[in-house]
Amino acid sequence: MSASFPHRHLTGIYGLQPHEILFLLDEAEQWIALNRATSKHDDRLAGLTLINAFFENSTRTLLSFEIAGKRLGADVVNMQVGASSVKKGETLIDTAMTLNAMRADMIVIRHQSSGAVQLIADKVDCPVLNAGDGRHEHPTQALLDALTIRRRKGRIAGLVVAICGDILHSRVARSNILALTTLGAEVRVVAPPTLMPAAIERMGAVPFHDFDAGLDGADVVMMLRLQNERMDGAYLPSPREFHALYGLTPERLERAAPDALVMHPGPMNRGVEITSSVADHPSRSAITEQVEMGVAVRMACLDVLTRGRRGVEGWA
Amino acid sequence: MTGTLAILDARLVDPAAGTITRGNLLVRDRRIAATGSFDLPADAETIDAGGTHVAPGLVDLGIFAIDMPAFTAGGITRAVLMPDQSPPLDHAALVQRAAAAGKPDVWVHPLAAATKGLEGKELAEIGLMKAGGACAVATGRGWIADSGVMLRVLSYARSLGLTVVSHAEDGGITAGAVATEGEYATRMGLPAAPAIAEAMAVARDLMLAEQTGARLHFRQLSTARAFDLVRDAKRRGLPISCGISPAHLLLSDIAVGGFRTFARLSPPLRSEDDRQAALAALADGTIDLICSSHDPQGPEAKRLPFADAEPGMAGAETLLTLSLALVRDGVVTLPRLIELLSTAPARLLGLPGGSLATGAEADLVLFDPDMPWRIDSDHMASRAGNTPFDGLPVQGKVIQTIKGGVLLR
Repeated sequence: MSASFPHRHLTGIYGLQPHEILFLLDEAEQWIALNRATSKHDDRLAGLTLINAFFENSTRTLLSFEIAGKRLGADVVNMQVGASSVKKGETLIDTAMTLNAMRADMIVIRHQSSGAVQLIADKVDCPVLNAGDGRHEHPTQALLDALTIRRRKGRIAGLVVAICGDILHSRVARSNILALTTLGAEVRVVAPPTLMPAAIERMGAVPFHDFDAGLDGADVVMMLRLQNERMDGAYLPSPREFHALYGLTPERLERAAPDALVMHPGPMNRGVEITSSVADHPSRSAITEQVEMGVAVRMACLDVLTRGRRGVEGWA
Repeated sequence: MTGTLAILDARLVDPAAGTITRGNLLVRDRRIAATGSFDLPADAETIDAGGTHVAPGLVDLGIFAIDMPAFTAGGITRAVLMPDQSPPLDHAALVQRAAAAGKPDVWVHPLAAATKGLEGKELAEIGLMKAGGACAVATGRGWIADSGVMLRVLSYARSLGLTVVSHAEDGGITAGAVATEGEYATRMGLPAAPAIAEAMAVARDLMLAEQTGARLHFRQLSTARAFDLVRDAKRRGLPISCGISPAHLLLSDIAVGGFRTFARLSPPLRSEDDRQAALAALADGTIDLICSSHDPQGPEAKRLPFADAEPGMAGAETLLTLSLALVRDGVVTLPRLIELLSTAPARLLGLPGGSLATGAEADLVLFDPDMPWRIDSDHMASRAGNTPFDGLPVQGKVIQTIKGGVLLR
C-alpha cells in the first residue's frame, strides 16, 4: 500500500477517493499500449498465483481477468463453481480458506450474493478483487467504463451520463454511480419503477422513469443488460414492451447529445435493451472498446494490489 | 417445601405501585411472604443485597430456542416459546413436552401453532394444545397470507379464550427481502421491502380481530405506521397489544452496514425515523411489552453472505441490560420498564409472576442497573453469540435469578 492506493483489497468503488480512482485509470493507460503490441507480455507478476474463483457463471469477465493475469506473467488458475453446486456460505468460507492455504497471491471473486466478496476478504491473507457480488458492486467494470469515457471524451467531470435499464438488480449501475459521481459527472438513472431501487438519489444519481427525458442532452448513454427472468411478468410485462419503452433505438439516441457515446457492459440482448444498429454504430458505440479497456484496467488492478507483496519500493 | 429466603437491604422495584423502595423481601414456600420490614425468621437463609435492585423475574414472550443458561444470565424466569420448533408445536403432545422442558428452573410456556405445520393453511388442534399447556396461539415466524385462514384462527382462538400472537409482515411484499427498503439496502444491493409491509399486515389483522372479537398481540412491531394503527385501535378499546425488541429500539438499518449478519433480524431493522417512532410509542404506552425474540444461531447460519444468513439474534441475556438504556435515556421509568419486561407479558397471557405482591410466585431478578461491562459475542452464556451489540460497552447486569425462591446458577 502507498498513498497512491492505500487499500489492500478492491471490494468496491465505495470508499475510494477521486485521486485513487484516477491513479488506477492512469496505471491502466500503459497496458493499453502493450495490449496493442504484437508481443503482449510483461513479467512483473512472474511467480505469483492468481486464482479466479467464480461462483456465478461468467465467460467474459473471467476471460478478461485470465488474460490480464497471463499478460503480466502470473500463474492463473480458474475455478468455476456452478451457481447451484455451491450456494451455502460455510462452503464459501471453507473454499476461501482452502484457496488461502494454497497460498494464492491474489484472489478474484465473483459471487451471486451481495457482500460475499467482503466476507472472503476479511478471512484471507492475500489481496481480494471483487469481480461482481450480487447487486452490490463490480468495481473493475466501473473503472473500465470510466477509462473508456475519459479516452473518448477527454474528461469525466461535467459530463452527463445516463445509465438505463435494470438499475435495481445491477451492480454495474451501483459501481458506476459511485465512480462517475466521485469523478464529477452528473449521473442519471433511467428505469421503469419496478426496476428502480429506493432512495437511489441518496447515492447521488438523478432518477428518471421517462427514457426520453433521461436521455435528453446526455453525453454518455450506458445501457444495462436485462436478465431474461425479469421479463416474465414479475417485473416487466414482456420484452417487447420493455423495448418499446426503454430500448435504445437510433431515433431515441437523437435525444442525447449529438456526439453521445453508447456503452453496454455486455452481453447484450440485441433487440431488447438496444438495437443492433446502435450497438454496432461505428463512431457512437464504444462497446468493443469497453472490452479492450477491461483487460487494461484489470492488469492495472492486479499490478497495483500485488505491489506490496512483490516488494515494490514505496509499497508496504 | 423449600426453605425460607430473606433478601436484605434491597431496592425493591414494584411495577404495580410504580415505586422503588429500600427494604427486605421474604420468600417462603416458593412465594413472596413479605416485603418491606418484617421479623427475620430464625431458619431463613439470607442474601445481603447491599442496595442492589430486586424486581419480578422477566417474562420473555416469544423465544425461539430453550436456552437455559441465557435465560438465567438474563434474569428471565418464564419464557414463552414460539411454535417454530422442529417439528413445529402443532400437536398437544409436543406442547406438553415443551411445557415440561424448563422445569423446575426457568419455566417454558409454549405457544400453540395456529395452523398445521405452521403452513398457514389448516387450523391446528388448538383446543387440545390448550389442554396440553399452550398459553396462547401463534402464527409463527411467518404471516398467515390467507385472510380467510386468519379469520378462522382468530375466531376459533377467541372461543377458547386464547390470545393470538401474530407476526406482522405482508408476505407478498416481503418475499425474498432481507432488509428494509431505503438508502442502506440500495447501497449494499440487498433485496429489500418497503416498511409499510408491516402496517399492511397490522391493518388486516386488526380488522379481523375486530370482526371476531379476538385478543390479538403483535409479537414485534417496528414501524411508525404500525404503531399509529395500534394506537388508534387501543383508543377504540380493542383488545390489541404489541411488543418490540431492544434491537429495534436501539438500532436502525445503518447497523447492517458492512453486511453484518448479526444485524439481520425479522422484522428487519428500520429507518431512524421508525426507530424514533418506536421510542415515542414506548413512552406513550402504545407498546405493551419488550421481548428478546431470543434466537441463537451459530456460525453455520450466520457466517454467510448477508442475504443467505438466517435472521434472528441471541437476545435473552442482554434483554434487561439493553432495556435499561431506555431508563437512562428518560424514555421510561425503571418500574415501568419492569412492567414492560415482566408484568405486562405475564398479564397478557395469564401467567403467574410479574409481581412483588405478597403471595406471588417468588420469581425474582437481582440486578445492578449501573454495573459496566462489555457485550462479547465470543463469551456469552447463550448457545450462540449472534448479537448485533457485540463489542458494545453497556451498563446494568443481572446478579442473580431466582425462580420460585430457588437461586439459579
